[in-house]
Amino acid sequence: MGATIKAITRTEGTAPFAFSESALAECRTIIARYPEGRGKSALLPILHIAQAENDGWLSVDAMDAVAQLLGLRHIEVYEVASFYSMFNLHPVGRHVLEVCQTTPCMLRGSDDIVAHVEKRLGIHAGETTKDGLFTLKTVECLGSCGTAPMLQCGAKYHEDLTPAKVDALIETLRNEPTRNNYTDR
Amino acid sequence: MGRKLLLEHVGKPGIQGLEGYRANGGYRSVEKALRTLTPEAVLEEVKKSGLRGRGGAGFPTGMKWSFMAKPPGVPRYLVVNADESEPGTFKDRYLMERIPHLLVEGMITASFALGANVSYIYIRGEYFYIHRILERAIGEARAAGWLGKNILGSGFDHEIHVQIGAGAYICGEETALLESLEGKRGNPRIKPPFPAVKGLYDCPTVVNNVETIAAVVPIINDGGEEYAKIGVGKSTGTKLISAGGNIKRPGVYEIELGLPCEEFLNSDEWCGGVEGRALKAVVPGGSSVPIVPAELFFKTAKFEPRLMTYESLADGGFQTGTMLGSGGFYAYNDAQCIVRSTWNHTRFYHHESCGQCSPCREGTGWMEKVLHRLEHGHGRMDDIDLLWDIQKRIEGNTICPLGDAAAWPVASAIRHFRDEFEFHATHPTKVKDPKHFEKEPFVRKPKPVEA
Ligand SMILES: Cc1cc2nc3c(=O)[nH]c(=O)nc-3n(C[C@H](O)[C@H](O)[C@H](O)COP(=O)(O)O)c2cc1C
Ligand code: SF4
Ligand code: FES
Repeated sequence: MGATIKAITRTEGTAPFAFSESALAECRTIIARYPEGRGKSALLPILHIAQAENDGWLSVDAMDAVAQLLGLRHIEVYEVASFYSMFNLHPVGRHVLEVCQTTPCMLRGSDDIVAHVEKRLGIHAGETTKDGLFTLKTVECLGSCGTAPMLQCGAKYHEDLTPAKVDALIETLRNEPTRNNYTDR
Repeated sequence: MGRKLLLEHVGKPGIQGLEGYRANGGYRSVEKALRTLTPEAVLEEVKKSGLRGRGGAGFPTGMKWSFMAKPPGVPRYLVVNADESEPGTFKDRYLMERIPHLLVEGMITASFALGANVSYIYIRGEYFYIHRILERAIGEARAAGWLGKNILGSGFDHEIHVQIGAGAYICGEETALLESLEGKRGNPRIKPPFPAVKGLYDCPTVVNNVETIAAVVPIINDGGEEYAKIGVGKSTGTKLISAGGNIKRPGVYEIELGLPCEEFLNSDEWCGGVEGRALKAVVPGGSSVPIVPAELFFKTAKFEPRLMTYESLADGGFQTGTMLGSGGFYAYNDAQCIVRSTWNHTRFYHHESCGQCSPCREGTGWMEKVLHRLEHGHGRMDDIDLLWDIQKRIEGNTICPLGDAAAWPVASAIRHFRDEFEFHATHPTKVKDPKHFEKEPFVRKPKPVEA
């Protein structure tokens, strides 16, 4: 968030970034939604696409490619990418588990779910497992408070969680070779 | 059974698709408005209905629409606020997922009244799958001629686009939303100018909540006067309440405004009562509204039954009342700790502050720190006055209402549960166990209420 500073730094050994042809086509459709000269409006949706095409996070290279595509200065992209919590500015695991920890979820036991995932994966919130399979994030209210506790993985909501359900989900994901992204790619 | 105007057809086969929606009377409001009414007449019906904004503030929708500036040759926009990030609120998600065409229909009718040829839905990024549901509905509507050029031969053109956010509660604030829609950080703008004069791309813009726009459909179908017959006083019509916390039947309910609070909480038609234990407190309208102890939720300070209306819930001001807000309702049982929940609320606001104003950016962080130490057994008696002082200095001193929204939960918790805060300062070992009130609930001495 705005008040929490997220630094923009180059990560060593990062692969170069280029949009795929299909992504470029999707970006062009998005840009066409806005009036002439308002292409910057496409920045958030296009950052989502870039993140999906870059293993779930935004490298400096990926952000620079977005800036070039939209004709923006680099800083205009960095300041936006660092503001929004869904943009990861560092590499993440293949499956990002985002557990809601906000009050209505807390009333229904989200603290226990966070603790269970931490124990089960041997990491703290904000960390990635050594094998690169899982990242655990704690997030704020996801609009699923009636089916709390809950977590989101990619676009999918997993609701009414119990420790047993979390274990089953982790086992399923362990065998899923591809990332669940927010976008369809 | 209360009357249902928005959710009546939810669950019927095929209702998410255009055909099923149409078969249940869908798009009649567009036909009626475009074929038989002028934009002014549509606005008149909305005014007559008494509809108030369902996003939280409860501002009269007809009045908001009438403020829309109409400089010649300048486009106007309708922007639907589907950011829904107020903790406890999940009604818009429910509506968009189960009956997406209701929103699309409401947007066309509302845009006709506003003279907007393009409208946007700004939806929070986490609702990605709902974004896809909306795009499908919009595609169907376009293919059937409900969107596009010269709709129903009326000469009115309209297009709807869905814009996706990326995780920021502040983007629910209407001017931050517009900034975000323009591809910027979600920093709220200083008002005035209001969006009705200078909104999206500096053009006149109306920002309305999903539920507000959906309510335009029954208002045009049945007439504003019919709508206004439901409810009590200035709280007309129905309201979606998303109910959660320690209740037996969490879910989204459409209530007629004016339903007694006690009935809403205890009836099996709605929340079904508190789960397992005794009721301790209620937050009736999303985390930003004051928390109230059980007895003040059921009855006002004048011992009158409290009703689910804007006025009744606010009766007594912040001394004894709260707010209907977004309808994000959650109940606490007596195993819950008010200090812990206040710390959690404050952590949320600190995380979500955009950082433009010092009182909000710094104050939320200070409150979080002080509450953290109280909750974890490192607090002091002075901390309670310190918290009171910080929240007071935030309230009213910021660019946008997030500052107030961060201050109110702290103020109300101290106002009603001060003895529980004192207990934390005096029983450090006991409160180090995070579940400190599970076995032995804290027994509060209710303050005598001054009538
Ligand atoms: C911090 C903050 C967050 C808000 N979040 C939302 C939201 O998620 N959805 C919403 O409809 N309104 C939200 N609002 C209220 C909007 O600013 C605006 O008043 C509302 O969208 C107007 O629509 P209405 O008149 O139909 O209620 C928020 C306000 C503030 C200050
Ligand atoms: S009150 Fe907080 S969220 Fe609102 S503009 Fe100021 S710093 Fe940003
Ligand atoms: S508080 Fe967790 S989904 Fe709302």
